[in-house]
Amino acid sequence: MSDITSLTLTDLVKNIKDKKISSEETTKAFINRGEKSRELNAYITEDFTNALEKAKIFDQKPNFDLKLPGVPMAVKDLFCTNGVKTTAGSKILNNFIPPYESTVTQNIWNEGAILLGKLNCDEFAMGSSNETSFFGNVQSPIDKDLVPGGSSGGSASALAANLTPITIGTDTGGSIRQPASFTGTVGLKPTYGSCSRYGIVAFASSLDQAGPMSKNVKDCALLQEIISTYDEKDSTSIDFKRNAYSKELTNNIKGKKIGIPKEYTVDGMPKEIEDLWTKGIEYAKDCGAEIVEISLPHTNYALPAYYIVAPAEASSNLARYDGVKYGFRSKGENLIDMYEKTRSEGFGEEVQRRIMIGTYVLSSGYYDAYYIKAQKVRKLIKNDFDEAYKKVDAILTPSTPSAAFKIGEKTNDPVSMYLNDIFTVPVNLAGLPAISIPAGVDAKGYPLGLQIIGKAFDEQNILNIAYAMEEKIEFKNKITDWWIK
Amino acid sequence: MTKDSSEYLIERYNNVYEVVIGLEVHAQVTSNSKLFSSSSTTFGAEPNTQVSLVDAAFPGMLPVINEYCVKQAIKTGIGLKAQINKRSVFDRKNYFYADLPQGYQISQFKFPIVGEGTVILDMENGPKEVGIERLHLEQDAGKSIHDMDPQNTLVDLNRSGVALMEIVSKPDMRTPDEVSAYVKKLRSIMRYLGTCDGNMQEGSLRADVNISVRIKGSDALGTRCEIKNVNSIKFMQMAIDYEANRQVDLIEEGKTIDQETRLFDTKKNETRSMRSKEDAHDYRYFPDPDLLPLEVTDEFIEKLKLDIPELPDEKKKRFIDKFKVSPYEATILVSDIDTAKYFEEVVAKMGKNLDIKLAVNWITGELFAVLNNKNLEISESPISAKNLAKLINLIKNGTISGKIAKTIFELMMDGDKDPQIIVEEKGLKQESDPKALETLIDKIINDNREKAIEYKQGKEKLFGFFVGQAMKASSGKANPQLINEILKKKL
Repeated sequence: MSDITSLTLTDLVKNIKDKKISSEETTKAFINRGEKSRELNAYITEDFTNALEKAKIFDQKPNFDLKLPGVPMAVKDLFCTNGVKTTAGSKILNNFIPPYESTVTQNIWNEGAILLGKLNCDEFAMGSSNETSFFGNVQSPIDKDLVPGGSSGGSASALAANLTPITIGTDTGGSIRQPASFTGTVGLKPTYGSCSRYGIVAFASSLDQAGPMSKNVKDCALLQEIISTYDEKDSTSIDFKRNAYSKELTNNIKGKKIGIPKEYTVDGMPKEIEDLWTKGIEYAKDCGAEIVEISLPHTNYALPAYYIVAPAEASSNLARYDGVKYGFRSKGENLIDMYEKTRSEGFGEEVQRRIMIGTYVLSSGYYDAYYIKAQKVRKLIKNDFDEAYKKVDAILTPSTPSAAFKIGEKTNDPVSMYLNDIFTVPVNLAGLPAISIPAGVDAKGYPLGLQIIGKAFDEQNILNIAYAMEEKIEFKNKITDWWIK
Repeated sequence: MTKDSSEYLIERYNNVYEVVIGLEVHAQVTSNSKLFSSSSTTFGAEPNTQVSLVDAAFPGMLPVINEYCVKQAIKTGIGLKAQINKRSVFDRKNYFYADLPQGYQISQFKFPIVGEGTVILDMENGPKEVGIERLHLEQDAGKSIHDMDPQNTLVDLNRSGVALMEIVSKPDMRTPDEVSAYVKKLRSIMRYLGTCDGNMQEGSLRADVNISVRIKGSDALGTRCEIKNVNSIKFMQMAIDYEANRQVDLIEEGKTIDQETRLFDTKKNETRSMRSKEDAHDYRYFPDPDLLPLEVTDEFIEKLKLDIPELPDEKKKRFIDKFKVSPYEATILVSDIDTAKYFEEVVAKMGKNLDIKLAVNWITGELFAVLNNKNLEISESPISAKNLAKLINLIKNGTISGKIAKTIFELMMDGDKDPQIIVEEKGLKQESDPKALETLIDKIINDNREKAIEYKQGKEKLFGFFVGQAMKASSGKANPQLINEILKKKL
């Protein structure tokens, strides 16, 4: 058998169920590779000793009816894990150990998975390159000094580097899809309300959504099936009929109408992205899908609207990190002084920038001009999609306007960094599901992804389209293990 | 200062000012658990023992609306004859404070659950209507304790997240008495509904008082000041009196009034500036993205209407119609739901001997005096309605005199004793045998011949003397009516 860590989740589960490998062996393999891969800086917290212990316990009395029997996996450090430090990539939560478990991770453990550790991410998920983490930037396994994308950069890097067979991220404006695209992996942002937000450190509550990141579409469908549950503890969780996504997965997409939005051709977009898109359209046709030109006229306004709504919510969501109850506290002369010192020392530059923007757009006198206006734009963007879905079943776009860039390349230019999210944010604003699948490489050999956007609650359809296209694309990720000496 | 009891005017030189008052009452919703979490709301628990992860705003914790609190707010809205909004929205009111764990309070800003309504005040000179602007649901904050530790401020989060109803009146009140009547009426309505216990000592009911003054007869509203967090009716009245005079003095001195938030210092009996308009917080309200808009159906509201008990105004009308009590008596009887219950129970137990006037007098007279003395609520009355009804019946059927009844009443307080048993044990039964009384009176007239002659000669005052003698001779047990009749005949 080939190396355990390079197996897909589906194959790994099969091997464990067939008793070809034990949970302990599997866990050891991933721990081993994790220990050899510290240069990637994918982990914030390794929980290896406990993981091995749990694996041994699993093997003593294995339950093979579970969907993830004894499968070790690491998760983004935005999910609160009971008894395991949860930092959200921030100094302000550097010492925070939650006494509770997020619903999404609980769902995973309930199916027999074992926590390997907590993966690096941009601070409070604010970033597109995993460079804003208090715990340092993450290296992409694709190439040295290349960003893995963000904010789920640790998750993408760990997955592509085979440090975990599968993982979960969170996506507020593209934080699953963009790093998936940058690392040649699959990432799904589910419909808003599909996965519970309970126990996930909040960034922008009306946009945040957890989702699976995997090596292929089938694994993605399986994990989505596990993490998506209705949860009374989250008032925005939606009680809709959830499919058995992996069981119902099919590559038969004959006659599906796939929309191509003309507005997604943006100025300065590299030719290789355009070529990728064209290739994607051909693949879709090869699969029997029908291509339809559509228009999403308000696309241009999505990014500015997003950068008002998300910081506004963030400025309020992050008010609780005040040094009073938990987390980092700096000494101050009085309460106000303590607040100011705690928050200036505890939050990084990007987080502070967004708190400032958010505070500004919500202040009286500016609220109508910014926040209300942005909400109106949001409604228009949603209407655009509603109109489009009268004609098509799904929409195909590039995942990002470029391939991965070098570490440090965009850190001094926040706007250019924000532009990275141009194809992903409209989806969050409209609350729709979208998946990014690897579809090619740029001139340097860096992976490029295609995004398939679905109707609300129609995860099955986009998974099917992705599954069919994946077969045609036959993408192979080239990981050289450059970081292992 | 005031011209008559219904007016509260401030006179300076040639100017007569009236005071315009509006109230924002914060009423704690009667509910076992908090507005967005399942923590207990019991008053007086050890600090920080009733705090969930949601109340302490741990990362990733989310609010989930407590349906019971929503029902309570709607019921209160119905009690205030107010518009119930089928769609309302929870907003975040953002500010930093140590006892506000989330860094924001979840409240309702633009779209409250209850809209305009009315409260009728029973003033001495007739009913007065006060408009309700709105009622919204919000979370309470925790409590900062500054005087327990010399170095640190301590925080108790037991109250954090407790459901409050903020009830905003229109600026319809003109006197401290109206404010008092308004708060009492609001409390009464909520106690009838069981939506707020109205306990001001425990902080279940407190108010921000908005005050402005203007020349009497003017329509324009003056600049108002808001006096924060006043927690007793007496303090509200004192604060209004101080603040209104302060504002009038400023105007008379040619100065302007700053719109500001003020505190009432109960020790010094004065209001002091807390923060001016310039320093006012920018709360950056926006809809809470963790909560969907609150939507209720007509059926939901209609079902709640079935739960609404007879409220004070309706009860008062019924008491007047059915029992022929005076409006004044009715107001007293219905002001507290337990008093009304007590009264109705006495009436029911009295049966065919029913004498409403006697019942009202005994409840509002003797019983209220005792409760007042002992500082008890009527629900804690040492004498049950059943036994008070028995006592009144004993008077009514002539078994005892009113005077003896008062003695028995005192004795009943010891363990809610049955008055019938006291009468028998102590031999307090009234002497109503005319023959026995005639014999007794004959003897008195005989013993006081001279006085009897003086009476006959026109000294009518002496009649009382003979009554007194007869009562004395019978140890107070003689039926006073019969004594009167026999004496008139014999003298």
